Amino acid sequence: MLSWLPENVSTYGGDIDSILYLIYYITGAWFFLTLGTIVLFLFLYRRREGRPATYVHGNTLDQSAWILVPVVIVLGLDLWIDFRGAEVWEAVKGHMPPADVRVQLTAKQFNWEILYPGPDGQFGTADDLQLDNELHVPVGKVARVTLKSKDVIHSFFLPNLRLKQDVVPGREIEAWFEATKPGVYEIPCAELCGFGHSGMVGHLTVHSADDYEAWLKRTWPSPQSSSARLSAISGEPEDRRP
Amino acid sequence: MSESIKPHAHDEALGLWRTYVFSTDHKTIAKQYLAIGLFWAIVGGLLAYVMRWQLAYPDTAVPGFGWVPEPSMVGGIVPPEFYNMVVTMHGTIMVFFVAMPILLGAFGNFLIPLMIGARDMAFPRLNMLSVWTLALSSLVLLISFFVPGGAAASGWTAYPPLSAKAIYTGVEWGQNLWIIALALEFASFLMGGINFLTTTINMRAPGLSLFRLPLMIWMQFTAAVLFMLSVGPLIAGAVMLLLDRLAGTSFFLPEGGGQPLLWQHLFWFFGHPEVYVIMLPGMGASLEILPVFSRKPIFGYRPIVYSTIAAGLLSFLVWAHHMFPSGMDPRLAMPFSITTILISVPFAIIVFAMIATLWRGSIRFPTPMLFALGTLTVFIVGGLTGIFNGSAPADIYIHDTYFVVAHFHYTLFSAIFFGGFAAIYYWYPKMFGRMMHETLGKIHFWMTFVFFNAVFFPMFFLGAGGMMRRIANPLQYDFLKPLQPLNIFITIGAILLFLGQLPFVVNFLWSLWAGEKAASNPWAANTLEWTTPSPPPHSNFEVIPVVHRGPYEYSSPEAPEDWFPQDRPVQARPATAG
Repeated sequence: MLSWLPENVSTYGGDIDSILYLIYYITGAWFFLTLGTIVLFLFLYRRREGRPATYVHGNTLDQSAWILVPVVIVLGLDLWIDFRGAEVWEAVKGHMPPADVRVQLTAKQFNWEILYPGPDGQFGTADDLQLDNELHVPVGKVARVTLKSKDVIHSFFLPNLRLKQDVVPGREIEAWFEATKPGVYEIPCAELCGFGHSGMVGHLTVHSADDYEAWLKRTWPSPQSSSARLSAISGEPEDRRP
Repeated sequence: MSESIKPHAHDEALGLWRTYVFSTDHKTIAKQYLAIGLFWAIVGGLLAYVMRWQLAYPDTAVPGFGWVPEPSMVGGIVPPEFYNMVVTMHGTIMVFFVAMPILLGAFGNFLIPLMIGARDMAFPRLNMLSVWTLALSSLVLLISFFVPGGAAASGWTAYPPLSAKAIYTGVEWGQNLWIIALALEFASFLMGGINFLTTTINMRAPGLSLFRLPLMIWMQFTAAVLFMLSVGPLIAGAVMLLLDRLAGTSFFLPEGGGQPLLWQHLFWFFGHPEVYVIMLPGMGASLEILPVFSRKPIFGYRPIVYSTIAAGLLSFLVWAHHMFPSGMDPRLAMPFSITTILISVPFAIIVFAMIATLWRGSIRFPTPMLFALGTLTVFIVGGLTGIFNGSAPADIYIHDTYFVVAHFHYTLFSAIFFGGFAAIYYWYPKMFGRMMHETLGKIHFWMTFVFFNAVFFPMFFLGAGGMMRRIANPLQYDFLKPLQPLNIFITIGAILLFLGQLPFVVNFLWSLWAGEKAASNPWAANTLEWTTPSPPPHSNFEVIPVVHRGPYEYSSPEAPEDWFPQDRPVQARPATAG
């Protein structure tokens, strides 16, 4: 089942996958154990002439041990999943590592508007730049995304990075990731947001260090010439592959 | 309790209208609920077919749907807003208008008086009012398909702001009528719940102590309690949502100072108990059927009862597991994750008890037993996969994917359809006085079981692959294109699953007139409903039975046969002993 997972390219994706695998193996074992027992019982104890059913209620302790002992095992495994899960949750959501790059992402029906602070690293200055549905980050750096919505609830989903965060109007929600492999990955919206929900998709481009520098230079060719910058933006192909 | 009402006392006097339409007889009301539920099941199934066709063959005409006028569909092709409507109405219908009417409305009403030895519900007129309120609610929902802008299209969860402003979906009155229909449905089941509780508490036959109640009654009772305790906040939420839409308030709209997440809390505080409201009666049917056809007492009656109550209590403490990625404080996630995963303990007890009931039984496999076993096995998969969703870090990835869709169909389909069919095949003789056809029933079971798994198991793979719920066209995403063969496979399975219900429809209708006449106790079962004629007359019992023992005394060494009815006095002792 889990072989269908898309390739993981984030630092914490491996932790999340390890929880998925832990649960997968535990529940997989129970699946075969319980269904195997059922099939075995149905075969062994099918109706036979001259073989009456056993009159047993399972109310005494030695009888109910047949269900109580497995239940104690279930409880133990539950707690294992909970505690391992708590560690991973803490690692992913419990703290926010210092950001190397920051963007603001504003969702609206049916686009991701991505605002870059530009070379000065400050939002609200003249070199801010908005690109629709195009998120560019360098590999191996912590990217912090501030999520906002103009209308309804959307959900920022990066399957390859094991990141999903709802984007709620009226709030700013911080999310972070660190990509480990250059490439282009899709950013679908995962929360029903209206008639254009299906097909609301952006692209995350993870650049190698050199490539990222080149992208910065292309996008902000010179701080002085805003007209050159605008033409560079409008010339961006919509779906660029490295 | 009045003993003076004699069977048939006023049956003749009532006339056709009061006997079949505005009846206060709980058995007739049960059949009315069943009819409403089965009607909506067909509608909900057809919507699923439209959805599956679009997902497998996006933007091609859905065969058989060319008649739907524009702008809803264009020559049978599904526009995205129509797809959203189909998704929304499929979920709404299946949960509120199929599951609850069949599992609670039909079988709760039919079985509670019969299984506890009562002549009717405590408040027969209220009972009639509740089914007619549901009929009105159904009518409102039906009308919503035909208003300009179409029916609701913001998901069965109706998250605002999407659901709170018409401009976001283009749906005007459809969403308002959706809210009104739900409010009426809630009112209907609140009235029903009052009857369920009052009747069970006050009208049990002499000797029928709480721990001699059939487990189906425990399940119905717990379900009614859960529903009545949880629905209040959502009714308040529904009123607020309607006011946001119609009166310009801003309970859920941030631009007016509202908070969209409030709705999610109100919805899921109800929504999670609601899952058990549906699931418990479905499991209850299986719990009745397994001992009968294993000829064995249920294993661990009391642990099952305590687990049911524990699961019910826990269900009020888990709602935020639906909201892990919602933007709520991340520190809330782990407490809710722990309570959620702990729910596996009471359900594990129930499942293990069901399996242990089979142990050293004398198992036979008529259609009701097959569906009961189907409920058990399908539910196991649903329960196990719930652990993935319950674990907050795992949920980050699988939330809002087809993994969730697969999971809740394994839990809810097992209760609604496997449990519901088990109940229909098992109690049909009592309801209608005739047996259903056994071979058709077995064909129906195998088609349902095989094609159900063919449809929903691959959805776990889709979810692992990252396919989002509620998208109309997976081919719009590069990363989902390799999954498309799975989508086609699932759609073929879904069409076969739908066709697999034809033997049931034929069987159900044909057996009404031509089925073999049913004896009063065709399955040699112990519970009180089988001591009445099939079908039972008005006011059920000639004489109110006296109960001497629990409901599952099969293969008891004290009885000459392998069953021991609850009302049979111990030999050589007078009937007044209980």
